[in-house]
Amino acid sequence: MSVTNAKHPELAAAFNKDAARVGWHDETLWWIRQKRDKAAWTLPEWEELRETASQIKLNTLSNLSEYLTAFEKNALANGAIVHWAADAKEHNEIVHKILQQHKVTQLVKSKSMLTEECGLNDYLAANGVDVVDTDLGERIVQLANEHPSHIVLPCIHWKKEEIGELFHQHLNTPKGNADPQFLTEAARIHLREKFLTRKVAITGVNFAIAETGEFVVSTNEGNADMGAHLAEVHIACMGIEKLIPQRKHLGVFLRLLARSATGQPVTTYNSHFKTPNKNQQLHIILVDNGRSVQLGREDFRNSLKCIRCGACFNTCPVYRRSGGHSYHTAVAGPIGSILAPNFDMKKNADLPFASTLCGSCTNVCPVKIDIHNQLYKWRQVLTEEGHSPKTKTLAMKLMAFVLSKPAAFNLGGKVGRKVMRWFPFLVNNKLNPWYKQRDMPVPPKQSFTEWYKKNKK
Amino acid sequence: MNVGLFIPCYVNQFYPQVAIATLQLLEKYNCTVHYPLNQTCCGQPMANSGYEKLGQQCNELITESFVAYDYIVCPSGSCTLHIKDHLHSEKNDNAAQGIRKKIYELAEFMVDVLKVENIDASFPYKVGVHQSCHGQRGLNVSQMSELVAAPFSKTDALLKKVKGLELVQLDRVDECCGFGGTFCVVEEAVSVRMGQDRVADHEKNNVEVITGGDMSCLMHMEGILKRKKSNVAIKHIAEILNGEPILSFPEGREKGKSLAEIDDVILSPEGA
Repeated sequence: MSVTNAKHPELAAAFNKDAARVGWHDETLWWIRQKRDKAAWTLPEWEELRETASQIKLNTLSNLSEYLTAFEKNALANGAIVHWAADAKEHNEIVHKILQQHKVTQLVKSKSMLTEECGLNDYLAANGVDVVDTDLGERIVQLANEHPSHIVLPCIHWKKEEIGELFHQHLNTPKGNADPQFLTEAARIHLREKFLTRKVAITGVNFAIAETGEFVVSTNEGNADMGAHLAEVHIACMGIEKLIPQRKHLGVFLRLLARSATGQPVTTYNSHFKTPNKNQQLHIILVDNGRSVQLGREDFRNSLKCIRCGACFNTCPVYRRSGGHSYHTAVAGPIGSILAPNFDMKKNADLPFASTLCGSCTNVCPVKIDIHNQLYKWRQVLTEEGHSPKTKTLAMKLMAFVLSKPAAFNLGGKVGRKVMRWFPFLVNNKLNPWYKQRDMPVPPKQSFTEWYKKNKK
Repeated sequence: MNVGLFIPCYVNQFYPQVAIATLQLLEKYNCTVHYPLNQTCCGQPMANSGYEKLGQQCNELITESFVAYDYIVCPSGSCTLHIKDHLHSEKNDNAAQGIRKKIYELAEFMVDVLKVENIDASFPYKVGVHQSCHGQRGLNVSQMSELVAAPFSKTDALLKKVKGLELVQLDRVDECCGFGGTFCVVEEAVSVRMGQDRVADHEKNNVEVITGGDMSCLMHMEGILKRKKSNVAIKHIAEILNGEPILSFPEGREKGKSLAEIDDVILSPEGA
């Protein structure tokens, strides 16, 4: 898969070369945001539900070690095998080891953003294991040799005609057929064969319940169930923040999740996995991969409340117009931009700046993560840690110098406006990113300060 | 009451007519308005770029300048929010914390403090409101479309009192315009596209004048409107509430010349 060192502004600018496509992408996601609004308004207690979910998650994070220990104990008692992975590498190795124990080189996998985060597919491919993603959207991006561009809608950046062409190449569907019903049927036939022949199924985990040791996987396609029930070995991979304390809390999250994600009243399949079937092994891998570090960052710890609904993606005016791949990280969008610097500040230093801080993300978040405030705080941290370009630091210091002294500001403003009036080409040129597609404001002859001194003082 | 006027740096330099309108408007409602000359900027350009610490001298200037007033009023939701959320002083932090509680964005000040009932202004045009994100989601000047909560808008409440003014309902009521401070140049492509889409919503709904509480959003949209030679004009809410008409509006509609340009000529504060 393509690996790039380009940053969000360049990648977003490339996405914006096709203006019609940007419009289509924006409208598609805005439509989902509107569906979300309608679904939220069906519940008069919506805001209370968000607050409750937030409180439950805050309690979970404050007592995470206890809930994890309880979960492990109960899961073991249910007959599951529990693994702990400190990081992505350990997680991938644990999965590989289980496969080796069962002498298996092919498997099916339902949607799991954690395995994306850990780069599991690439790791297993390098070790000769064939992974088939069974979520339709994920299968599409997998066939296209791409990563998901959205955590809930992995191929939202693909048009149906392009999917028709992709299926024609890979699944032998007739050329030019872009009928969604037909293409879904073709994918169903293609995937059915995989479900029936693969002995190992990997699933993600949406909620793990400390009290019972069970976990819940939510899908609209039933693909997690198909995989897990037909396979001899079910491996469930989860980040340690997926816990909730008790089963009675689940309803709060299930009501919020689907409405926030797609505007559905409930996800089609919310499947509970507790005790493995006869002759089946159930593995649960609990993955840290930076989460404990994030938990230790006071300003950013509540980002771990995230239930991966994707509502912040759909509402984000920047995401809608820059596409998921411009975020160059497994989890894109606003939430990705506050999670990614925790993994690698240098590599992801651009992401907290890929926002206007409009705050819409915070308002749609079903667990009330103050995403836009954390974007602002990450900007400060990244600068403090030296991940800001030297030219930017210089420009900012110059700006701060001028703004620190009223006399310098007044003189600078006066000279600046004069220069703009006399030599407009100095600002009206291609080197000025403002001027590229926008006119500059017309500089007046006098500032307000000058007017005030003359007329009021 | 004694009101200290905080004027955003870019309004001071590029849109003095907005500051003048704000001052005159507040005086109409019997405020004693002073403009402390030692202010420069709220510090947000540095802070939003990750250099909050470089804004400390701005913080000190604000604290020294505004400590004595009953209220501080600013014709910008964004600068108001920044001061409200971040102002602190190494010399007199009590004063700084006090200012955070006393600063108001213009529309919220007029509605919540002055409790303005009547507005002596006429503006017979179709007006689209661009609610700035910081004014709306930060200061709660109007209800946010994401929340399941009763709608309200302090901005609209004021504009509805203006004679002849027709408020236009937009398709997306509170989408960001894409200005975003340094975002507008760092993320130029996305910023411009957001602005173009925002402007298109107004145009599609036959808006003649876009107004709002934040000149920064309006400046960004004005730049886009002018580039496409649109007939849609921009006007800060202070100018409308202060009863400043677009004098040349119907007869000045010369071919190829945008209303925004005509407006600049007419309302340039030269000798105002």
